[in-house]
Amino acid sequence: MEERIALMRDDPAVELTVDGNAVGGLLASVFARDITASPGQCAHCQTVSLVGTMRAYMRGPGVVLRCPACAEVVLRVVETPTTTVVDVSGATILRFERGSSS
Amino acid sequence: MVGTIGWQLGTVTAVRDETPTVRSFTIGLSGWLGHRPGQHVDLRLTAEDGYSVERSYSIASEPERGGEVDITVERIEGGEVSPFLHEVVVPGDRLELRGPIGGYFVWEAALGGPLLLVAGGSGVVPLMAMIRHRARTGSGVPTRLLFSSRGPDEIIYRDELDRLAAARDGFEVAHTLTRQQPPGWTGYSRRIDEPMLAEVAAPLGAATRAYACGPTALVETVANGLVQLGLPPDRIRTERFGPTGT
Repeated sequence: MEERIALMRDDPAVELTVDGNAVGGLLASVFARDITASPGQCAHCQTVSLVGTMRAYMRGPGVVLRCPACAEVVLRVVETPTTTVVDVSGATILRFERGSSS
Repeated sequence: MVGTIGWQLGTVTAVRDETPTVRSFTIGLSGWLGHRPGQHVDLRLTAEDGYSVERSYSIASEPERGGEVDITVERIEGGEVSPFLHEVVVPGDRLELRGPIGGYFVWEAALGGPLLLVAGGSGVVPLMAMIRHRARTGSGVPTRLLFSSRGPDEIIYRDELDRLAAARDGFEVAHTLTRQQPPGWTGYSRRIDEPMLAEVAAPLGAATRAYACGPTALVETVANGLVQLGLPPDRIRTERFGPTGT
C-alpha cells in the first residue's frame, strides 16, 4: 500500500508561508524533540533565530525553512513513502536542550 | 520522557458551533501529558487506501482541564480536512493527534505581563488558551485582547469573551469589525492599524508582552506597529496562519 503524505498542501487554509512553529510536529518526528524554541544559525547571514520564527514554505514537495533575516534556505525536510531526507546545509548551528521532549 | 512526539488516538467527546463557519471539538486523550497555552497539535486523517493528510490546529483549551484538549476549526471550502471535521465528525469518533507542539508562541501566568493579545479571525484560538489559563489560575495580569473579525456573526468565542471581560479582573476586549458592523456598533470598524494599536496598548505600559496571531498581513502590521510604538522586538511573539485577511 502506498502512503502519500500531503502535509498542508492543496488546502486554501494554508498560506504559502507560515512560521516554523507550524511544522514543529514534522520537525519533532525528525529531531526526536520539539525544536521550535531552539536557536539555529543561518549559514548565509549568520543570524541566529528560533526555529519557530523561521519562515516555513509548505507548498512544494516538502518543507523549506528560510531565515527570517535574509530569506535564504536554512533547513529542508522531504518525506517520501519510505524515507525522510533532511538538508541542513543552510544551517551553521542548531542547538537544543537534552533531556526534554517538549 | 525523551523521545519522539508520537501519534496518539483521541476520542471526540463534544462538538459545538462557535460561529456559522467555526466549530470546536473536545478531544479526550488518555495519555495526554499536558500542554502550555499557545501550543498546537497536528491532526492526521488517513483514508482506507493509506492516503493521509496532516494539519496543525491550535489548542483552545487551558492546560488545567487535563486529559482533553479543545481545538477550534474554521471550515475552509475546498479544504481537505476542515470540511471533513465539520460534516462528518461526531462525538465518539476517534482522531489521530500528535503534540503538544511549539515552545515559542507560549504564555503562562508565571511569565507575567501586562499582556497584549492581538488576533485576526481564527488567530484568536491560541490566545484563547492563554485567556482561559489566565482566568482559571486567577492570574491578575492586566490583559487586553484586540480582536479583528469580519462581522458580528463571525466573532469566535464572543459570549465567553464578554463574560470574562464582565468579571472586571483586569481582562478587557476591544473588537474591530472590518466588513460589517451592526447598528449602534461602538467598537472599531477598520483593519488594525498603528493608531488602533497605540490606543489599545497604551494603558498597559512599556513592559508589555505582546502575542499576535492571524493572517500574515495582520501579524506583520501588528509586529511592525508595536516596534514603532517602542515595544522591544523580543517582547513581541507572532504566529502567522489563517485562510484570508479579515
